[in-house]
Amino acid sequence: MAGNYETHEHDVIIIGAGGAGLRAAIEASSMGLSVGLVCKSLLGKAHTVMAEGGVAAALGNVEPKDNWRVHFRDTMKGGRYLNQWRMAQLHAMEAPDRVNELEEWGALFDRTADGRILQRNFGGHKYPRLAHVGDRTGLEMIRTLQQHGIHTGMKVYMECTVTRLLKAGDAVAGAFGYWRESGRFVVFRAKSIVLATGGIGRAFKINSNSWECTGDGQALAYLAGAELMDMEFMQFHPTGMVWPPSVRGTLITEGVRGEGGTLRNKDQKRIMFDYIHPLYANETAPTEEEADRWLALSTSGQMDKNVRRTPDLLPRDIVARAIHAEVKAGRGSPHGGVFLDIATRRTAADIKRKLPAMYHQFKELGDVDITQEPMEVGPTAHYTMGGIRVDPESQQSRVRGLFAAGECAAGMHGANRLGGNSLSDLLVFGRIAGLHSARYAKEQTQLPSLDAGEIQDAAQEALAPFNRHEGPNPFQLHEELKDMMQTHVGIIRTEEDLSEGLRQLEALRERSRTIRIDGNRHYNSGWHETIDMRNLLIVSEAMARAALLRKESRGAHARDDFPETDKEHFAKVNIVSRQHGSTMEVAEIPLPPVPDEIKKVLEEE
Amino acid sequence: MAEPKARLRVFRGTEEAGDFQTYDVETYPGMVVLDAIHDIQAKQSPDLAVRWNCKAGRCGSCSAEINGKPRLLCMTRMSAFPEGEPITVTPMRAFPIIKDLVTDVSWNFEMAKKIPPLKPRPRDADGHWRMQQIDIDRIQEFRKCIECFLCQDVCHVVRDHQKKEVFSGPRFLIHLATLDMHPLDTLDRREMVKKDFGVGYCNITKCCTEVCPEHITITDNGIIPLKERVADDYYDPVRWLLRKVTGNSRANKVAAQPTEAGKTADVSGTHRVDGGHGNKGKP
Repeated sequence: MAGNYETHEHDVIIIGAGGAGLRAAIEASSMGLSVGLVCKSLLGKAHTVMAEGGVAAALGNVEPKDNWRVHFRDTMKGGRYLNQWRMAQLHAMEAPDRVNELEEWGALFDRTADGRILQRNFGGHKYPRLAHVGDRTGLEMIRTLQQHGIHTGMKVYMECTVTRLLKAGDAVAGAFGYWRESGRFVVFRAKSIVLATGGIGRAFKINSNSWECTGDGQALAYLAGAELMDMEFMQFHPTGMVWPPSVRGTLITEGVRGEGGTLRNKDQKRIMFDYIHPLYANETAPTEEEADRWLALSTSGQMDKNVRRTPDLLPRDIVARAIHAEVKAGRGSPHGGVFLDIATRRTAADIKRKLPAMYHQFKELGDVDITQEPMEVGPTAHYTMGGIRVDPESQQSRVRGLFAAGECAAGMHGANRLGGNSLSDLLVFGRIAGLHSARYAKEQTQLPSLDAGEIQDAAQEALAPFNRHEGPNPFQLHEELKDMMQTHVGIIRTEEDLSEGLRQLEALRERSRTIRIDGNRHYNSGWHETIDMRNLLIVSEAMARAALLRKESRGAHARDDFPETDKEHFAKVNIVSRQHGSTMEVAEIPLPPVPDEIKKVLEEE
Repeated sequence: MAEPKARLRVFRGTEEAGDFQTYDVETYPGMVVLDAIHDIQAKQSPDLAVRWNCKAGRCGSCSAEINGKPRLLCMTRMSAFPEGEPITVTPMRAFPIIKDLVTDVSWNFEMAKKIPPLKPRPRDADGHWRMQQIDIDRIQEFRKCIECFLCQDVCHVVRDHQKKEVFSGPRFLIHLATLDMHPLDTLDRREMVKKDFGVGYCNITKCCTEVCPEHITITDNGIIPLKERVADDYYDPVRWLLRKVTGNSRANKVAAQPTEAGKTADVSGTHRVDGGHGNKGKP
């Protein structure tokens, strides 16, 4: 059956062409290696394009006091100290170089008065730190990487889905996949592979993610023997659209609050003053007057250390739970969110200039003029802090020759990611993964040989849905999974809910094995959906199992039955999932201890 | 269930053969045409082929033609059409059909590869590059492009005359204009703009500007100034001489001067493609 497939050979194969994949490919190509970049969509359409607010880097252009130590401290604090400290350190140190390098490749960030890269405020960042282009920073970044990357010699395989990694012993040897257009099979042979496939947002009913975010890299790595880590930490972005139903979950940038927007309940009360987390009490303004003064000062480039930050810019986990609580208490907006008001805070001209995409998004899809009226917003599944466990120095997984970077890798963000740290993560760790995968490839004298049986099995797995007589519709099954995850593994969790979720997952998995596909392999959306479902079920199970094991609330993981943060046991462990036979095993592993000199950085103020 | 219904006529088939199929879908508030297509996939035809990614007008994947007009499926509200009349959805006409609503847009990626990338001047002594916001406002407008290729689809030079060998289409003229007006760039691409990318084929019908979902003023702010710069280089006798002497017209790449839209007449160096001129806004 698998007899017919084409084969492509490269030194390094990179799966995923968002920010991390492109940056990795650029690095490996520039080292003179043959690089293949494989992506499910057309080049330039990856989810990075949706990033809005900016890329975090301690350039110090707006606030000269900013430097990597402050950025590092903010990141660890935002992650509730569950981050791999070394990744957070590398990230904070290297982000400025990575942003400056984008300018060399054509990026045009908004400018300061003296012509340097402008930076804006964002949740959890002490100083204005996000380089940005209005509210379309991700588009600028991916287009820049794309326009530079296509001239570095890499070969791009578009609309090609990888369904299995292939191995030679304990090392990675290649990848098996199919062309979405023709349905024909393709095998990639490589000395090393970088996974950069992004997130898993499509596991949730209300999400901000594109169809591609189905946990492919995490599942491919898991099935190849790598470990997943921190999977219990799913970030619900506080501000997704809630109305109309067509756009429920679509992202509203944190930049709205960075530019002065405030969250209000149905009584017009500014809600965030009631939800200041103790960890942030010292640095957060307790009154509207002080919060507004801080905003005025910080956006004009002046800082006064006696004036503290607005609570509207607390980290995302805190803001998302605040909105959830207001709605639950009956103080929400008509469609089950709260109000986000920028109209009374900035002039219409300012709003259109600083937040043009938001203005158009609401005007065209929501019939709301945000220069005149408040937006209705609510939490939306946005980003997974968890993913493939990697070595902080090289981004290599437990499988030799298999690397991961960006959202599909774990460790950088701990229990909660700060806004803006994802675009910088893509650049910093995309480059590191590209560099080390290339070095690894250079050390290999020849391409590893492939196992014909493995290819045969992969082909059979992919074709199975065509050979069944009857079974559920894959789109229907996906809807059921999203409903289940939203209800049982959502923003607030309990043991009862999670256990029920796992029971339902088991049933969904059984039914997914009976999906039947009509038609042929030629651009068959139902077939593509079926293949993606396998991956979604794996990452959903890893999330539910890890969430059940972590009996505390920390960052994005909130347990109603364990509302406190555990300073003893769970403060010192990460949870990993790995394949054991045909079942998933979850285990606690110790968090790497923080060296003394780094502890000192964390204690500086 | 007394949900209101809408009827869609959707092209099903390939480049070789195809037909319209009619589907009825239930509608709900805020529904866009892409929602209707997804509903058809989920409940009626799982093998219906469509490209999409973000469903928020940011990625430019779901380009198609709705009632004959190039549009993004995710940004077109169902309520924009009269009730009771079927909505016709077809693939972009300028490109070969792969299946149903999916077209082969690979020509665009080949064209992108032909454009030499930015070659910046050295950084300032302190490692920064200083650019004033006012000097980049205009090209930031161009960089809003989401590469939906609707401008390529509507452009009659591409759509009706299939001049894909000699003309890059509005999307890449805008990219060339961005590079030409980029404050850091040091590379002269004007000869290519004329010879390889065929700027002269554009005869300013502005159809591209009309369909751009990002509201980029493609023709007035991008293509016309680009035409003028190329024309200046080629037909200004002083520059012509300079080019002969230096063998390089880089010296002529003067700082961008904003062009007031509308003031510009058709310029020399532009030659028209026969026919297709009267189809503005009527693809």
